[in-house]
Amino acid sequence: MTTMLRSAPPAQARKSTGVRGRPLLRTSYHQDLALANTPAKRRSVIGLVIASFVVPFLLTDDLLQVLTLGMISAVGAIGLNLVTGYAGQVSLGHAFFIGVGAYTGAVLGGDPDGAMLGYGLPMWIWLPAAGVVAAVAGLIVGPLAVRLRGLYLAIVTLGLVFLGDHVFREAREITGGPGVGRRGAELELFGIDFSSMEPISGLSRGQAQFFLALVFLIIFAILGRNIARSGVGRAFGAVRDRDVAAAVIGVDLTKYKVMAFAMSSFFAGVTGALYYAVIGVFEPGAFSLLLSIQYLAMVLIGGVATISGSIMGALFIALLPRLSQFIAGFVPDGLISVFQLEAILYGLLIMGFLIFEPRGLFGIWTRIRNYWKGWPFSY
Amino acid sequence: MSAASPHAPSSTVSPRPVPEGHVSEPVVSVRGVELAFSGVKALQGVDFDVFDNELFAVIGPNGAGKTSIFNVLSGVYRPQQGTVEFAGTDIRGMRPHKIANLGMARTFQNIELFENLDVVDNLMLGRHAHLGYGWAASVAWFGKAKRAEVANRRRVEEIIDFLEIEGYRQLPVGMLPYGIQKRIELGRALAMEPKLLLLDEPVAGMNGEETEDMARFILDIRNELRIPMILVEHDMGLVMDLADRVMAMDFGKPVATGTPHEVQSHPDVIRAYLGPVDDATLAEVQGELA
Ligand SMILES: Nc1ncnc2c1ncn2[C@@H]1O[C@H](COP(=O)(O)OP(=O)(O)OP(=O)(O)O)[C@@H](O)[C@H]1O
Ligand SMILES: [Mg+2]
Repeated sequence: MTTMLRSAPPAQARKSTGVRGRPLLRTSYHQDLALANTPAKRRSVIGLVIASFVVPFLLTDDLLQVLTLGMISAVGAIGLNLVTGYAGQVSLGHAFFIGVGAYTGAVLGGDPDGAMLGYGLPMWIWLPAAGVVAAVAGLIVGPLAVRLRGLYLAIVTLGLVFLGDHVFREAREITGGPGVGRRGAELELFGIDFSSMEPISGLSRGQAQFFLALVFLIIFAILGRNIARSGVGRAFGAVRDRDVAAAVIGVDLTKYKVMAFAMSSFFAGVTGALYYAVIGVFEPGAFSLLLSIQYLAMVLIGGVATISGSIMGALFIALLPRLSQFIAGFVPDGLISVFQLEAILYGLLIMGFLIFEPRGLFGIWTRIRNYWKGWPFSY
Repeated sequence: MSAASPHAPSSTVSPRPVPEGHVSEPVVSVRGVELAFSGVKALQGVDFDVFDNELFAVIGPNGAGKTSIFNVLSGVYRPQQGTVEFAGTDIRGMRPHKIANLGMARTFQNIELFENLDVVDNLMLGRHAHLGYGWAASVAWFGKAKRAEVANRRRVEEIIDFLEIEGYRQLPVGMLPYGIQKRIELGRALAMEPKLLLLDEPVAGMNGEETEDMARFILDIRNELRIPMILVEHDMGLVMDLADRVMAMDFGKPVATGTPHEVQSHPDVIRAYLGPVDDATLAEVQGELA
């Protein structure tokens, strides 16, 4: 156990690598504060990045899109994890903020000659704008969290989803209304059209979109990590664990609860705009309670209050329909449909993780890692 | 029982608002504080001052209102009546984080640590008001935030050394033994670099050795860090050894304020603990205490 304890004498705040033979011994605070602060984390991050550059050349476009959408969802899952996992404010309203982002993106970046309202602005405007507009919505809703806690907050944020659902259905000039829908924003960045059917500098559409999503995921994962490891992330944790004690040490509860909602909604807004730009056409019905629950499932299954867990959870949920199709192959015909099977899997997974592995996929991964670290000794 | 005790502090012991040798303004000054919970009076007519570098103890039986005083001082409860002045500011009704930022720190009777965070993060949270960077620097991380984190981490390491908790840095505090958690809570309060430190039963539930360690830390805080303290404690030995002045409470009212010895042998204080006693018993108890 002692090797777990990090030594950090104040005199040596220089950058230096771990001491040979004791990779977990840190000799400066900078190492403690680093993005990936253990050699195992660094290795796995490097491994993952390499893998993500190889994967697109091994899979079909069809499967690649599942992963692309999974990576985009991961941005939103990181956002939900900030407010619910880190700051402990249970929100069922994530779908609403995703919807706000989706329509902001679609309106600003949509085809000006299309059937619905669209301004044809470039992506470097519509994408951040989708985040900002959603964040402003979060700022407005945030103060509710100051008055309400736990179940009450969950119920009120649930109301937000119903409210959004109604508004999105009625605002036909913007959303197209139910059964019609509208196109998302144009996916064009630096003169590259990511929706083009033509190969883009030798890459297929699926490959190009995969890389685009990967880049955005990396950016937002780093932003998420920065929030989590800074004073803001710590204050979130304090508010979650003990709000009275947090206030008594000088944390402004109102400010940090509102901040958590605003930041979380920014991530949600970006996800909404990107996701439906990739999908193409989308209907207002997409932003229902089911979507909120999917995001909560990503956080719970991936791991509460971890960035990497949010990513794992999002990819897992994205792959779940494929998984249920696969499993459905073994279920006798006519017993249950693929969709029913998927719904059952959702329920079982959420319950299973809550009961058996509250730390989610991240927890399972840590246990595997610790096992191998100690191998062949099982202490 | 305490019908004998008048509203104002006792007749035989002078209230001693200013201890000898003190010419300075008090750090904290409480006057006529009344606090009630739907009819139940938790505090009535509470007056006291605490001066620079003073260790002021508050004693009294269970339910006397000691913790309520702390909750009033730190802004958790808002008293219906009275004034509370701290560091030259009227803080009655001010929100807790504002009072904290003025320099008041406290520990809790039942440990209130952030149990899912590790020791370093708990202590770093004590430095929250000293970080000096906002959400934007936090998102960007490199530059301001990183510099502030390293600088504040250095202060936290000093506290880790001071409280001798080097072995626990990266462990979630929820997993640590009770005595160590109490120490970490003290560390979190110290990390705030407070102008006044409130300690609510710092040795409750501790064994002899842990109690001695804690007493040593409290003495070091007074002698080296020179932070004035208000100490609530049932351990009379500790109060007698450490406190400069003591205020005894009963049923929400101060019954006596003075040196530890004066307060200990005060008839109303003895009655507060033992109930109504006749004069002979009183004299006997006083004799034993002398
Ligand atoms: N939040 C509250 N709601 C209702 N009554 C309260 C509340 N807080 C305190 N009280 C009441 O105020 C009185 C004083 O309580 P307080 O906690 O200050 O006592 P104490 O002196 O700290 O006791 P102990 O030695 O047991 O810690 C008690 O009668 C208690 O029941
Ligand atoms: Mg108490």
